[in-house]
Amino acid sequence: MDNCWYLLTDFAIILILIVGIWQFRTVKGARSGNLTAAFALLCALGVVLYRHPVLEPAAVILALVLGGLVGWVVAMRVGMIQIPAMVAFQNGAGSLAAFLVSFVQLTREAAPQETIAKVAGVVSLVIGMATFSGSMIASAKLANCMKQTPTVFPKHDWMLLGIVLVIVTLGIVAGGTAAPALPCSLMVLILASILLGVVFSIRIGGADMPVLISFLNATSGLAAAFCGIIIENRLLIACGATVAASGSILTHVMCKAMNRNLPKVFLGVHWKPGAVPVQAAEAQARKGEPEPSPTVTVEEPRKFEKSQQQAPLAQAIDAAKNANSVVIIPGYGMALAHAQFETVQLANRLEEMGKQVKFAIHPIAGRMPGHMHVLLAEAEVDPDMLFDMDQINPEFQQTDLALIVGACDVVNPAAIGAEDTPIAGMPILAAHDAKQVLVCNLDGQPGYSGVENPLYQEPKTILMFGDAKTSINRLLQGLH
Amino acid sequence: MGDVLLMVAVFIFSFLVGYLLISKVPPRLHTPLMSMTNAISAVTILGALLLFAVETNAVQKGLGALAIVMATFNVIGGFAITNRMLKLFKTRE
Repeated sequence: MDNCWYLLTDFAIILILIVGIWQFRTVKGARSGNLTAAFALLCALGVVLYRHPVLEPAAVILALVLGGLVGWVVAMRVGMIQIPAMVAFQNGAGSLAAFLVSFVQLTREAAPQETIAKVAGVVSLVIGMATFSGSMIASAKLANCMKQTPTVFPKHDWMLLGIVLVIVTLGIVAGGTAAPALPCSLMVLILASILLGVVFSIRIGGADMPVLISFLNATSGLAAAFCGIIIENRLLIACGATVAASGSILTHVMCKAMNRNLPKVFLGVHWKPGAVPVQAAEAQARKGEPEPSPTVTVEEPRKFEKSQQQAPLAQAIDAAKNANSVVIIPGYGMALAHAQFETVQLANRLEEMGKQVKFAIHPIAGRMPGHMHVLLAEAEVDPDMLFDMDQINPEFQQTDLALIVGACDVVNPAAIGAEDTPIAGMPILAAHDAKQVLVCNLDGQPGYSGVENPLYQEPKTILMFGDAKTSINRLLQGLH
Repeated sequence: MGDVLLMVAVFIFSFLVGYLLISKVPPRLHTPLMSMTNAISAVTILGALLLFAVETNAVQKGLGALAIVMATFNVIGGFAITNRMLKLFKTRE
């Protein structure tokens, strides 16, 4: 299949792709970077079609148009809060394609005879299928079609181990037999792969979702790369490897932001039901919104909630009026309450009043890496107001008011003090260093980790529990 | 064997270059980045197209067509959604 020109064009396309990723260092560059990468893929498509003319153009064009149209329409309609679910779903679709290609390649009459190609095919088949089923579970969890909290089966670890052993054994059998590979053992292998993805993903939930999505992103890249080996296509290998690298980096970043390592997240070391206070776990299960966790207030009479809120509101308005510097800490609870627009309005209002306003973004805020930035960008936040954890933490001591909107674990000082909690050692935003703290959360229940937040007990903290959108709106009215 | 070595080299080279470049991406762009790399991982569309360049039976053709649909969904959707997201980001650079 090779000649010098083929090699050169392949490398040219890979170079275009690299330029596209290289442009992602700045917001401005990212837009053209995205288009550059799309252009690289388009070139790759053209080159492949030129080198290997298809036998049934009609069917191919139909499939291309169908997939493209659906992809386009869905991409145009999906809301920004649904991005993580959407990305997980697309990831699954891509992995399924990798699986299908390897499957057909392995079972074809003229299947490849070389051991390396066969091994790559089996690996791609397994990773592709497991990533597909895992992504579907992740997507269902993120889209709230499924309980978001971890589901732990009895003997979960052994189940995983058993499935992996079955896959390894059958993989060796399928790789060793003469092509076309035994369809029967291949079928069992596929079933085991589906099961692997499900059993693996179902145990991960809530605030751990960013790690899972990043990881699935990496494995889908790996599946594509191995798929590239079986069909001997360099472009596939290069693109797949790049995606695998990207997914690995993001997985690492997310783990670091929670001071947890991969085994802890994936093997659920800290999140076994026993480790989470039962009350919190149950409350989470009831509503499926882990942060801030839903609670008994749902059943309490509304009147009580309201009368209780009057005093904190007046306090909050006073605090906001008197503060010279305000740091806003948004969490996923803000997104769940659709309060990002009101929160940005509030920030702008405070700035108009001559105060210094900053947003402090924790790396795991949201449901995928960088999700909070997208949510705030949709609300047209001034990008100069956004600060990452390392930049803003030293400034809290000079901050008059820390305004927490739908965040709990990321500001929980127990992460620093208490030793034996699930969040011990997790880097947090130092809201407790601010002179005053205003909490606009749904309730006073612990966040996803199930650890009580001592910040709520401090005298300098004003608690404004209830729907964040309503709370922020009231605050806004009070400031006009 | 030369082919295999070249393929391994391509894998390692791309992984390393990707790793270096992506380490430089600021956290605020992580979601668009993941969305874009997600679209890139749908290059398997090339593999799906190659299935139609060789002799296959009807079942395999069906699976190949499904692979094309899935991969196109991923690639078009991924780039479109990334573009939409990036348009939301205000720039003052």
